[in-house]
Amino acid sequence: MSVLRLFTGRTASAPVARERLQILLAHERSLRGQPDLLMQLREEILAVVSRHVLLDPDKVIVRMDRGKHVSTLEVDIELPNGADRAFASAG
Amino acid sequence: MAKVLVVTSGKGGVGKTTTTAAMGAALAQAGEKVVVVDFDVGLRNLDLVMGAERRVVFDLINVVHGVAKLPQALIRDKRLENLWLLPASQTKDKDALTEDGVGRVIHELRKTFDWVICDSPAGIERGAMLAMRYADEAVIVTNPEVSSVRDSDRIIGMLDSKTVRAENGERVEKHILITRYDAGRAARGEMLSIEDVLEILATPLLGIVPESQDVLRASNVGCPVTLNSPASAPARAYHDAMRRLLGEAVEMQIPSERKGLMNLLLGRRAA
Repeated sequence: MSVLRLFTGRTASAPVARERLQILLAHERSLRGQPDLLMQLREEILAVVSRHVLLDPDKVIVRMDRGKHVSTLEVDIELPNGADRAFASAG
Repeated sequence: MAKVLVVTSGKGGVGKTTTTAAMGAALAQAGEKVVVVDFDVGLRNLDLVMGAERRVVFDLINVVHGVAKLPQALIRDKRLENLWLLPASQTKDKDALTEDGVGRVIHELRKTFDWVICDSPAGIERGAMLAMRYADEAVIVTNPEVSSVRDSDRIIGMLDSKTVRAENGERVEKHILITRYDAGRAARGEMLSIEDVLEILATPLLGIVPESQDVLRASNVGCPVTLNSPASAPARAYHDAMRRLLGEAVEMQIPSERKGLMNLLLGRRAA
């Protein structure tokens, strides 16, 4: 295979496919059968924040980046201007 | 004893319907009494690939709802007398299928046939769930390509948890069938190899069907490839897979059209 590559000058992409699949499937298999963690986190964070501030549920963005060793969870909540007043009147 | 076999994949367009027709015909030719059942409600195609599209009167949904009796809906193949088709509905919604209804139909089919082959729709929704629900065995059709392998892995998980057998603590016997395989591209490292796919999915291999013009030609004329061009590479691959399904030990090889390609393959293995 490597001799062939020498002639064609192309890098084989199959090993990349294989590695990507192995990492991805290890994650997916571990999550199987469990409730959707991302959705659950999104719902609960939303519930907590909206107890204090009036917010637009569409302006809450939850992102996850799964790495080989560390995964990060990023929560981005857009607070409308005058959120304090909204809180005061709601309270 | 009757066996219920689901042909499934998760991903669409990998060759489930082609496989159902080809394996169904091959089993029937081997003397088994076979019914192929189309579960793709709303998007039926097995009738077309089998060349029976103009003979459909009643369908699976009609039988499930008691509108028609099972013998009225079964269509006998014109070429093989022990091959039958139970078509899907083209008009109804997939929600028209109920678990109990499908269970009754499968139970009924088990009494008459040696093999009940369920052609699953793509996806993991209701139709796909019900196609695998009562299966004893599963053929997971996989292309050597990342999205297909990922979806196959998901389907394997479902076969191990959502089937009646799984719920009773039994196993659905699973087989990987690799289709649309291009030996040349795999040898050049452009396509996942058989070994890669099997290692990732950790499931035994039933056969390797090479990419071929004969498959398209067969569906064009509405005849399973195993009947339409029995000497072709895909037909021989399906025939071997069928024999393995019947428990025969058949040496695994990738049938090819040309001798040169086989040599190339052997060369790759040696490398």
